[in-house]
Amino acid sequence: MNEQLPALVVVIPLLFSFLIYLMGFIGRRMPYFLLLISSALTSLSSWKLLIRVIKEGPISYHIGGWEPPWGIEYRVDHLNGVLAFVVSLVAFLVILSFRERVEKEVEVSRWSQLYALFSLQLCGLLGITVTGDVFNLYVLLEIASFSAYAMVAIGKKGGEFSAFRYLIFGTIGACCYLLGVGHLYILTGSLNMVDIVNLLKNLPDSSALRVGLCLLVIGIGVKMALFPLHTWLPDAYSQAPSTVSAFLAPLATKVAGYVLLRILFWMFKPTFPSEKVLLEILGWLALIGAFFFSFMAIVQRELRRAFCYLLLSEISLLGMGVSSGNLDGLRGAILHLINDVFMMGCLFTSICAFIHLFENEGLKDLEGLGLKNPWVSLGFLIGGLSVIGIPPFGGFFSKWYLILGTIEGKKWHLLVGLLVSSLINAVLIFKILERIYLKGTHLELSKRLPFCFSVSLLSFSISLLLLGGLASTIVKKVIDPWIFSLGGF
Amino acid sequence: MYEVLRHYNYWLYVLLLALGLYGMMSKANLMKKLIAMGIFQWAIIYYFISIGAKKGGNIPIFPEHGIENLTIRAQDYVNPLPHVLMLTAIVVGVATTGIALALLIKIWQNWNTLEEDEILQRMRNE
Repeated sequence: MNEQLPALVVVIPLLFSFLIYLMGFIGRRMPYFLLLISSALTSLSSWKLLIRVIKEGPISYHIGGWEPPWGIEYRVDHLNGVLAFVVSLVAFLVILSFRERVEKEVEVSRWSQLYALFSLQLCGLLGITVTGDVFNLYVLLEIASFSAYAMVAIGKKGGEFSAFRYLIFGTIGACCYLLGVGHLYILTGSLNMVDIVNLLKNLPDSSALRVGLCLLVIGIGVKMALFPLHTWLPDAYSQAPSTVSAFLAPLATKVAGYVLLRILFWMFKPTFPSEKVLLEILGWLALIGAFFFSFMAIVQRELRRAFCYLLLSEISLLGMGVSSGNLDGLRGAILHLINDVFMMGCLFTSICAFIHLFENEGLKDLEGLGLKNPWVSLGFLIGGLSVIGIPPFGGFFSKWYLILGTIEGKKWHLLVGLLVSSLINAVLIFKILERIYLKGTHLELSKRLPFCFSVSLLSFSISLLLLGGLASTIVKKVIDPWIFSLGGF
Repeated sequence: MYEVLRHYNYWLYVLLLALGLYGMMSKANLMKKLIAMGIFQWAIIYYFISIGAKKGGNIPIFPEHGIENLTIRAQDYVNPLPHVLMLTAIVVGVATTGIALALLIKIWQNWNTLEEDEILQRMRNE
């Protein structure tokens, strides 16, 4: 069983997604519990996988027993091991919270379909994380995107239109990635990542290689919603059902961020001549993006739309860490990746709970929430404080490393960008917290918050505290071994 | 000039790629956008088929018996791998088109039009 772990992480949600859909014909509640079991099993196997990687080092799994350069290899090292665990854990926590919300928001006939899509989405995301084959990654990227298009389209009127725009954008991104894979294949004759790394070492610099790298980065940039390629995200995530945005917002873009790290620092090296220029460009784009998104977040009237822009500005911070490209910048970027999954999970689940209680998502409607429902306000409080970077929570440590990285790399423009965009985000968060805790109350609370929501929000808050407390352990045990395995640091 | 024209298949793919991108950006009708997206995807499939093809290349199937005595020269056979990859990419393309058509049906049911600017206008008014 232990040998099969890398494959199990992908196969469990895939098999369950079929089962969930079929079981929908038998019992109405059955699909939800199957989905819960599927995500719990996945979290468990990814946890075991992570422990094994920390103990024994990178694991290579050959699908169907075919040797790596020819067959498909699943390769789990410290970076994707920890990401797979974080992704499946947050997916489990989100799924745990939202049954009653889904049942209220979506018509009965669609329940099993939606749950099957959730499972398929999880399969795609985890597959992207563990795969060691560039073409397999493309296929899994498309699996994840397809389920996202369909899930977004289930939402309110207008959702199907933003889903269509998302589809057009997503396809351009995936096609750019595929073109980049084609360039790499022509130059190296291989699709296996480890093999490509070895072959690239002896390859002379050429314009084909540069174009290939740029295409890969553009393709992933679309999926990750980096600055000029972000336009699909706010519409799609704010018009999807609230449960869907709670599931997609923390996970999808971060997994794409992981792929960016893998391409830029593991497959290609920062010493690669044209990558320096690329990183510089990425840094400037991330800088503009961080300012732009933070301002956009402040002027929104709808809660979910504001938080979508907050999510985008957090991704821009990740781009800044990548652009610094030194030891502390990379530490910050990876830590930020992990923290951001939890922070966005916390905030978007709070929104989901808030919408469930009041059927309203205007920023104004938050007034007086703090006294009425402590759990939802706790989610906003802890998630918000962590996003700004207040010391005891996880967000502080990742920002600390990001700032150290910019100072070490002497990238002063990025330092200014980081600080100013954090300040602007703080304005938004404090505006929200003021509404929640300090404004008089006129909210009529007609129903109780489902128990599962409070459990999930509490676990998110505790994990954010733990991420703060364990930050140095995570850096020492997981992040540093990966960075030092790259060489050159 | 001859050097440029010799690779006419790659020029064709670039042309198709640009055509698809132009269509997706400039057309207001969603169906036309979808068609342009199809052209874009097919351009990439065409590109991958080009990189596997060889002039005078044979199909890469060897006789089952007597392979020990056979001297196999790689340049006599087309490279099957990119073509196999494109089988998967075609399936992905079909699935994309399927989802997009389903979305278009739903858009038509909800808004009774497929013109992007009209839908945006009405979204703003609501």
